[in-house]
Amino acid sequence: MSKIQNIELIIESALLVSQNPLSTKELVDLFDSNKPSKSTIKRAIETLNKSYVNRSFEIVEVASGFRIQVKNGYDEWLVKLEKQISSRFSKAFLETLVIIAYRQPVTRGDIESIRGVSVNPQIIRNMIEFEWIRVVGHKDTPGKPELLATTKKFLDHFNLRSLNELPEIEESNA
Amino acid sequence: MNIISSEYTIKVNGVEVVDIPEDLFIPPDALQIILEQFEGPLDLLLYLIKKQNIDITDIQILPITNQYIEYINMMRKIQFELASDYLVMAATLAEIKSRMLIPNDIDDDDEEDPRANLIKRLMEYQKYKDLSLELDLIPRLNRDNFIASGIFNQIERRQELPKIDIDELEEAFLEVMKRAEINASHNINTEVLSVRERMTNVLELLNKNEDAVFTDCFDVSEGKMGVVVTFLAILELVKENIIDLIQNDSHSVIYLKMKK
Repeated sequence: MSKIQNIELIIESALLVSQNPLSTKELVDLFDSNKPSKSTIKRAIETLNKSYVNRSFEIVEVASGFRIQVKNGYDEWLVKLEKQISSRFSKAFLETLVIIAYRQPVTRGDIESIRGVSVNPQIIRNMIEFEWIRVVGHKDTPGKPELLATTKKFLDHFNLRSLNELPEIEESNA
Repeated sequence: MNIISSEYTIKVNGVEVVDIPEDLFIPPDALQIILEQFEGPLDLLLYLIKKQNIDITDIQILPITNQYIEYINMMRKIQFELASDYLVMAATLAEIKSRMLIPNDIDDDDEEDPRANLIKRLMEYQKYKDLSLELDLIPRLNRDNFIASGIFNQIERRQELPKIDIDELEEAFLEVMKRAEINASHNINTEVLSVRERMTNVLELLNKNEDAVFTDCFDVSEGKMGVVVTFLAILELVKENIIDLIQNDSHSVIYLKMKK
């Protein structure tokens, strides 16, 4: 078997097989000798994406790196595969998540004072289980409440590369 | 049963609204739904303010409070424990109203509008409520986007084992046979030994030790018959891919090894 030389195809195969997004560094490290530069990797991904114009999938960059995913608009058919888990969230879940995302690090108390209701512990537990949020420290106030912040996995899930890509806060004119 | 009283008047931008919006009538059975629909007292308050089309910065505390308390009363009848957060808000509204009623003797410009704090909280909550709706619109995994993946069909790279020439195997066998012949005279009863049973014996030997020397597998005292059965057992094990025969150099010792 002749040795495969094509960088693009090697990257493509790695992205296909990997369970998690691969960072540029991880892609560079696929190669033992003649390591391609990071810009070569980026160019290779662009080339691949150009070749996917008539395909249902593409390579996207999220917080943890690159991954191959199905392009937008196929959900109508794919929902029938019943692969979806937790595709719908309650209002309480979304509001809590958005407060953690925009105000991080926050305590449960902060969330409560904004929402005016006590935080549902199950919601926080679920978010931690999804690895969307984590405890980043403790506030130096009585009770040492936990400080919650979002993770890369949260950004990955929402196709975001960084928190900056979240919708901008419109300064409410009410 | 009309729970919402209409004793007060509602003004939208100065125009009196006579008809109470229909959706303000909520049968007690539906209370569960209200509680699920509103994300707490601020949410309910925002709803009431919006229904009346009032500028959030210009809340008329009395009508809002009255409406609000109607809701609370319904809740109390059914799920008192769930209403506690709402009761706090009712108290806050009542407090604001009473502070607004008290004439402000000291003409102090610094005196804050009693509503200011509530308005600030409402606007803050409104901000995050809107953001949560926007977040919900962002394409997300397993709803709008799906990870594509392939399967890595890893072909196990077999260690290249030195090949054994069939002649050498024959040679080794003949050697064992020769030894068996020497013992042949001592062997009186011809035991019926099954190949299968012998295969198990060979495997047991290999289970005890990592590998076994080919010639050690044979018990020459069994005579020719026994040796042949053992040889067949080994060949069968190789054929069934259970063991490997390894020889490092030609004419050197042949080892049996369990396939991993």
